Amino acid sequence: MIPRHQTVLFVILLLASVIMGAVLWNQLRRAHERLLRGQDAAPTQAPLVAPAEQATLMVANDADNSVEPRILALPLPQNPEARARAVLGKLLDLYAAPDAGHPVPGGASSIAQVFLVPIAEGGGKASPTSPQLAVVNLTSAFAAGHPSGLETETLTILSICATLNANLPRVTQVRFLVDGQMRATLAGHADLTRTYLAAEMVPTEGAHP
Amino acid sequence: MAGKHHRRSLSGSFAALLTLFAFLHASAQAPPAPMPKFVVVLDAAHGGDDPGARLGNQSEKDYTLALSVKLRSLLMARGISVVTTRESGTDVDADRRAEIANRANAAACLNLHAALVYSKGGPAVHLFISSLPPATNATFVPWRTAQSEWIRRSTELAGVLNSALTHAGITVTLGQTALPAIDSMACPAVAIEIAPQHQTDESSKDDEGFEAQVAEALAAALVEWRADGGQFGGQFGDRRP
Repeated sequence: MIPRHQTVLFVILLLASVIMGAVLWNQLRRAHERLLRGQDAAPTQAPLVAPAEQATLMVANDADNSVEPRILALPLPQNPEARARAVLGKLLDLYAAPDAGHPVPGGASSIAQVFLVPIAEGGGKASPTSPQLAVVNLTSAFAAGHPSGLETETLTILSICATLNANLPRVTQVRFLVDGQMRATLAGHADLTRTYLAAEMVPTEGAHP
Repeated sequence: MAGKHHRRSLSGSFAALLTLFAFLHASAQAPPAPMPKFVVVLDAAHGGDDPGARLGNQSEKDYTLALSVKLRSLLMARGISVVTTRESGTDVDADRRAEIANRANAAACLNLHAALVYSKGGPAVHLFISSLPPATNATFVPWRTAQSEWIRRSTELAGVLNSALTHAGITVTLGQTALPAIDSMACPAVAIEIAPQHQTDESSKDDEGFEAQVAEALAAALVEWRADGGQFGGQFGDRRP
């Protein structure tokens, strides 16, 4: 003989299970309807692309150890950090091309982030017109895939610094991180622990570093 | 009486003049101060767990060590004293390399590297000096930027090396780089990267010929650099610009 209180408990649990199942079924149906409504509301027009602007890329060439300016029209975002990332991404895309004069695998995805930090001058507070330090965060895949050599690594660093300075003149100093961490060298040679003076990295007459 | 006194003072003055003349003559005949020794530091890059670049079936650390040994033989045969930063495959950190170079009071410090030719170019030699901004006559020189006082001399040394290599028919490029090993060196310092073969080229037969050609040209350049020591007052011990 089953005690009365156990029978009551069983009935209550059974009712609770049925109610919960009904609620879940209802929520699943609502979620499905929401998803269908979302698909209906999907845009049928492509988003507006930023207008093309002139960007100066300082492109390296291993054959004569030079860095030459190349002017391209690129759609650039207004945000300076996104702009810096877009310009450097295009530069690394050129290096990843099969016929590159400075072949480096990786392309645009090798630039994880670019941060622009105002530099306070004379111990005072940084102003909106203060010079900036650019912190370029590279991916570890880029560093691992970069050819090892004094010339090739130096040219990569030089062209990144010069390109930043050419497109964002307030950027006067550049530091490098790899996956957000300090790293001794790019691929065994070029020093990544120092702060590079971007203005001094811009080649002058003859474009030889 | 007065004439006698006059004669005595005249003979005294004459004796003093003779003594002075003898002293000056002896000074002129004395051997000149010895010329400071002309020392070259050869710094074979990488070593130990750091193999550097891969050159076909050889690592950069082995290539630079072999080049260092070859160049040392050539220089010693020409009467030039050589100090090397490593004699085996062991790792030597950048500070230790600079310490060895600075203790040697060297007239030239060559930091040796090797790499593949990654682009369309052929075998070449890349010469680099430090990218530190030049500084002059600082009382205390920071360790990490010691080379900044030597930029002018390093540029001159790079010019001599460039001339000798070009004269030997070798393609040369010049540049500046940030390299801790040479940034801390207090001597005319040049980083030399030899690019003997193309990325796709597996043969090492021609590499040896190129390496020997480069070593000969570097030795010839350093002999010329020693001869040019006269323009710095002939005192290699006082080389600071």
